[in-house]
Amino acid sequence: MKISIERAALLKAVSQAQSVVERRNTIPILANVLIEAEGDTASFRATDLDIEVVDKTAAVVERPGATTVSAVTLHEIVRKLPDGALVQLSDDGTSGRLEVNAGRSSFQLATLPREDFPVMTSSEYSANFSAKAPDLRRLFDKSKFAISTEETRYYLNGVYMHVAQGEDGPALRCVATDGHRLARVDMPLPQGAENMPGVIVPRKTVGELRKLLDDDEMSIAVSVSETKVRFATPDITLTSKVIDGTFPDYTRVIPMGNTRRMEVDASEFAKAVDRVATVSSERSRAVKLSLDEDRLILSVNAPDSGAAEEELAVAYGDEKLEIGFNAKYLLEIASQVDRENAVFLFNSSGDPTLMREGNDTSAVYVVMPMRV
Amino acid sequence: MPSLCRDCLTPFDTGARCPACRRPRIVSHPELFDLSIAHMDCDAFYASVEKRDNPELRDKPVIIGGGKRGVVSTACYIARIKGVRSAMPMFKALELCPEAVVVRGRMEVYAAVSKQIRAMMEEMTPSIEPLSLDEAFMDLTGTARLHGRPPAVMLARLVKRMKDEIGITGSIGLSHNKFLAKIASDLDKPRGFSVIGQAETMDFLEQKPVRMIWGIGEAGQASLDKVGIRTFADLRRWDRDDLVARFGSMGDRLWHLARGQDRRRVSRDAPMKSISSETTFFEDISDPDLLDGHLWRLAEKVSDRLKAKRLAGRVVVLKLKRSDFQLITRRRSLTDPTQIADRIYRAARDLFNHAPHTKPYRLIGVGLADLLPEDMADRSGNLLDPQEAARIKAERAADEIRKRFGGDAILKGRSLR
Repeated sequence: MKISIERAALLKAVSQAQSVVERRNTIPILANVLIEAEGDTASFRATDLDIEVVDKTAAVVERPGATTVSAVTLHEIVRKLPDGALVQLSDDGTSGRLEVNAGRSSFQLATLPREDFPVMTSSEYSANFSAKAPDLRRLFDKSKFAISTEETRYYLNGVYMHVAQGEDGPALRCVATDGHRLARVDMPLPQGAENMPGVIVPRKTVGELRKLLDDDEMSIAVSVSETKVRFATPDITLTSKVIDGTFPDYTRVIPMGNTRRMEVDASEFAKAVDRVATVSSERSRAVKLSLDEDRLILSVNAPDSGAAEEELAVAYGDEKLEIGFNAKYLLEIASQVDRENAVFLFNSSGDPTLMREGNDTSAVYVVMPMRV
Repeated sequence: MPSLCRDCLTPFDTGARCPACRRPRIVSHPELFDLSIAHMDCDAFYASVEKRDNPELRDKPVIIGGGKRGVVSTACYIARIKGVRSAMPMFKALELCPEAVVVRGRMEVYAAVSKQIRAMMEEMTPSIEPLSLDEAFMDLTGTARLHGRPPAVMLARLVKRMKDEIGITGSIGLSHNKFLAKIASDLDKPRGFSVIGQAETMDFLEQKPVRMIWGIGEAGQASLDKVGIRTFADLRRWDRDDLVARFGSMGDRLWHLARGQDRRRVSRDAPMKSISSETTFFEDISDPDLLDGHLWRLAEKVSDRLKAKRLAGRVVVLKLKRSDFQLITRRRSLTDPTQIADRIYRAARDLFNHAPHTKPYRLIGVGLADLLPEDMADRSGNLLDPQEAARIKAERAADEIRKRFGGDAILKGRSLR
């Protein structure tokens, strides 16, 4: 194999590869990226056995071929090369070394045979559709904060992507929860997604997917089967196993009958929560919300370290209410609101509270109160 | 050299025997009357109590421990000669010493005796830090004027009184800090009285193994071995910064201990780090239902202790020992700390379900770490388990019933498995 690639294109391909590769690896080949060159493209493939990413990029292929080399090392090298450099990758197929040349720099990297590289088996997808990058971005960005980190409840370690009946018709919906808060985000159901099976997309896949979604104009091809999900741009294909488990029935968790409505400027609210929470060093800081006629008092009382209070003007017309929440959860849901005011719907101090942006029900958040 | 008769408590200056009673049980040390941090450790405490209460056992090897399958909690000195040690599996102890009399521990009695000893210590100083039923640190600094005698005399008097009035012997370590006092009490057991003075500290430690440091077990030693640290002399060759870089905060502590420096104070209530409960089975168990019953009982025990101390914990720890003695521990951090048996059980159960069950188990344990006051716990509801709040309420109600009508007044069916 002998190819030449522009440094920027190579860096992009290799950085996607090295982020999929697990840092601590017991199987040496999994630390490598598989480079395949043919025609006028080079493809870079990396996997952790659950996720596989293939990045194709234009290259001058003098001699087609394939080899594997440490993804992290190659990434480090390319990163340190000067901008605009033309990088040449070559191996003679016998020495077990890949030569990387750029300008006056030259590197020899140990390779492992391409035959040993595990390639994810291709599967039949039962649904194929395309979606705009900003739509998918919103779907995952607004839900991923609620993904659980508890490994024992593995079925919560991802975002549940499925077809649902939204307020404005059929929707492609993402739900994530850790048992304390829940996020439910909808987008209009793309054509072709009607028969999509519901899948739990793992946290790491969500992170990798995010890198495909930066370009507002990009259209993403999505393929879903019972066991796998694939997101593809013309250059990059991200294939991932989905979490083999049943996502809990979240619909009964979302309170429908909460009537006590508070409307508040989300960013003012978030800043105030952040300020009062400062006095407590406790990890699960509880903030008390005391509501009365158009007035909200946020307070924190930490017996060992101090107390804080702040008043905010809000729209609230129901009877008095005192309710506590984990400050971190409040901050996280408040930061999802970006256009209108945040609307909170309470029931009692012991029941789940619902939050949404204005009257937009395409993204709702549920948070469990805390005893204060 | 300042000396003291440990039998008649007469201080004197020179001689191999007490000038007053002519007996030879004396302790001499240049700094004897200047040191005031002590560690008292009873000699084979549980076994001594058993021998005291049953004179027939006096000349027999006695092992305290639970059943055939348990571990040795204490072995008397006769059994120790045969190689029996604390924490050794019982079957191994009985291989070494088949004629041993195995006695099931009577914790209430030991606790009562411990209380008597504690009362004697309270007469000497308010600064007492018990480490367990049978050992404690004491800080006697500044008590010489009050008692009219230096700490060494009061300590000799303490062990004498323990023997005369309670019938239990103990050993004293006297030094200038806790670390050295604890080492000293172990130097001359049983009925020892050892002193490590300021002047000799560095030389004394020089060739001693670092393993002596309380808290350095096999794993700690292994990581020290990796960098060639076996003795205090090895340790002293390291720069403070390098030790910290390698071992974190423990590194800093090691640097100080290497020089015999330990600034920890004798404090009455050393904060508890964790609460746990474990059980070794009579026969190895692989039946999941049986194990589940044990899990529940252990969770309940831990929960009871947490509630009694008004504490809660954030980290649930599951400990499993397989039939081949391989130890598996799993831990899980809760987003909302707890003291509720139901929540502890469910978390432990989850951990248990995810452990690799390849062999039967001989031991199972449940614990809670990262403790905090109870009012910071169980404050947050669970969206995915709406019944949880109801179960917590039921548990609190059951606790009330037990308080009023006794521990067996109400039980969960699960606990009968």
